[in-house]
Amino acid sequence: MKISYYPGCTLKTKAKDLDKIARLCASVLGVEMEEIENWQCCGAVYPMGTDEIATKLSAVRALDHAKKNGGKLLTLCSACHNVIKRTNEDMKTNKDIRFRANNYLQLDEPYGGETEVLHYLEMLKTVVGFDNIKKAVKNPLNRKIGAYYGCLLLRPSGVMAFDNPENPTIIEDFIRAIGGTPVIYPFRNECCGAYVALKNKDLPKQKSCKVLASAKEKGAEEVITACPLCLYNLQVNGDGILPVRYFTELLAEALGV
Amino acid sequence: MTKEERIENIKRISGTDVRKCMKCGKCSGRCPAFKDMDIKPHQFVTMLGKGEIDKLLESKAIWNCLSCMACVERCPRGVAPAAVVEAIRDTVVRMQGKNGIKAEEIPPIVDELIPQQLLVSAYRKYNK
Repeated sequence: MKISYYPGCTLKTKAKDLDKIARLCASVLGVEMEEIENWQCCGAVYPMGTDEIATKLSAVRALDHAKKNGGKLLTLCSACHNVIKRTNEDMKTNKDIRFRANNYLQLDEPYGGETEVLHYLEMLKTVVGFDNIKKAVKNPLNRKIGAYYGCLLLRPSGVMAFDNPENPTIIEDFIRAIGGTPVIYPFRNECCGAYVALKNKDLPKQKSCKVLASAKEKGAEEVITACPLCLYNLQVNGDGILPVRYFTELLAEALGV
Repeated sequence: MTKEERIENIKRISGTDVRKCMKCGKCSGRCPAFKDMDIKPHQFVTMLGKGEIDKLLESKAIWNCLSCMACVERCPRGVAPAAVVEAIRDTVVRMQGKNGIKAEEIPPIVDELIPQQLLVSAYRKYNK
């Protein structure tokens, strides 16, 4: 099965391996990720101001491209997923934004939120199925792993509809599928300190240390995330309390890719 | 531009109705940046409602809000405190010379691991 894929800026630069690993794992599981043409950076943060429009256009372009190529858009970076999914909701429900975006873009056919935005984890769950991943595992990971959700996949839950925002389970189910033991810890859906790292290092330091200390206290040997910025904050500002890896790295390890 | 026009504009671009707030304080109780917010999320909502925007425009909190949406998630009345903070920050950074970070400040603080996502998101939040 082919799915249109939006890699985003970080997966083409600092996190090239993550992009490569994700594609390899997907192909082993029978999914071909087809990178969309001429994609532009999503902007990394969803612009909340109701008068913002130019900052949303790159997401709309990607969504429209996917609409014409299978109707689904696969994301891997949590930030891209958040921005594109929330923009898609605007195009579906906000008449003013839909009008202004279409007025500028002059597409062959106006875009109205038709594309389904799918995160890689959702693809593993709904397209491949965790049971099928379990069957494909060659090296079960017999260790205790803490899932770190952060903010972007879960909130605002009304729009993201990713999982229960207070008690999510999808990454724990993923960990079970690859043979690991998930560790539930209280700070798994707390913010890592995000972009404030560029202006005020202390805040991400406090937040990231709290997340990792919380996971360690509950017995995790390592923590996994789906967000390059969370990965950076936890690794660089988390005092090395626990090793932090991208979830696809563990998938590759388990599949023997 | 009168102060009333500015208040009106901030309310409009926030896209949220501050009059719905019932002052329960859940937003500030859940805020992971609480200690670094000189004006707390619930105060942003109340003060905008009263038109007290001068202090909000001068606050440090607009630079420390993480946009993590925890306050939005917990509000039982469907108010979005984070969107009020963003509307105030947008209003500030759209003023000439009021960007939160200057381009020349960035190279010295960039380490080799910094993801593009961090640079783009901070720049989008703090600059226009």
